[in-house]
Amino acid sequence: MRLVYVIPLVVFATVAAAFGVGLTLKPNVVPSALIDKPVPEFTLAGLPGDGVESGKGFSSADLTGRVSIVNVFASWCFPCRVEHPLLMRLARNPKVRIFGLNYKDRPEDARAWLKELGNPYDRIGVDRDGRIAIDWGVYGVPETFIIDAEGRIRYKHVGPITPSDLDEIIVPIIERLSE
Amino acid sequence: MKAKHRTVVLAAILAVLALTSAPGDRALAVKPDEMLADAAMEARARAISKGLRCLVCQNQSIDDSDAGLARDLRVLVRQRLKAGDSDEAVFRFVVDRYGDFVLLKPPMKPVTYILWFGPLLILLGAMATLVFFFVRRRGTRITASPTLSEDDRRRLEALLGEDEDERGER
Repeated sequence: MRLVYVIPLVVFATVAAAFGVGLTLKPNVVPSALIDKPVPEFTLAGLPGDGVESGKGFSSADLTGRVSIVNVFASWCFPCRVEHPLLMRLARNPKVRIFGLNYKDRPEDARAWLKELGNPYDRIGVDRDGRIAIDWGVYGVPETFIIDAEGRIRYKHVGPITPSDLDEIIVPIIERLSE
Repeated sequence: MKAKHRTVVLAAILAVLALTSAPGDRALAVKPDEMLADAAMEARARAISKGLRCLVCQNQSIDDSDAGLARDLRVLVRQRLKAGDSDEAVFRFVVDRYGDFVLLKPPMKPVTYILWFGPLLILLGAMATLVFFFVRRRGTRITASPTLSEDDRRRLEALLGEDEDERGER
């Protein structure tokens, strides 16, 4: 067989392979522009009465020294309720501190939510108008960031965490960064 | 026939409605309280907003979108302009946080070369292939019809003559 007749087949196979890969991508997940960059400069006020460290908020400086998770949540966000038990499970992991960024929420609603479901967060910062979340490149709730001990963002998860996300992606990254 | 007339009239009415109620009457996503008093600066803000993707809805610009985040970004764009940022600085501010994907017009840089030049490459490749095949086909035609040498002509005549002889015999 002459080589020219193979060309259309090769072209077709290439295009089909490219489209095949394209089908497995998630178009709603936008890769973060902040990966491997230091966390943005910010200070967030606490949620008074959250029962944790007397309602102290947190700032960029708190995200260094140890591996941390910053989880963007809101009481009005249904997927947050779905991932919440997994955050409670992660809260028992001594290698990581969990920071909650309470996004565009009413403090009383957030408090009621934590009281009902439990508080997985070491500290909670209140972002009433969502301005700090923009500096983090947040475009939906929930979103979860993993920050290394030097205060650099190393991973971002968009949408609710599933059990397999936690066990196969998030916890291994925490383990690796804690070494 | 009557039904056909009615369809034509209906189509005409719809066309007129569509044309007259076009962009002006459409509800704006940009609310009056967001707009800047300075008309020139507001125009710049609108132009920038049209180039920024709403990441919640993805195929709309923040200028078109009613999403909460789109509103926040519109307000932020106007804040940056009021603070004296150039248009480029405002774009950079948003790209630093959300990445190139936030730009509705992708930037020209090495990772996007295939995006910008891919279609052109495919077109050039197709044209080159066409030219290649046409030239080759014409080439074979030329070599297939050489001018006959004196020997060839005599042989040809002899052969043609044979043919006639055969026919004559029948």
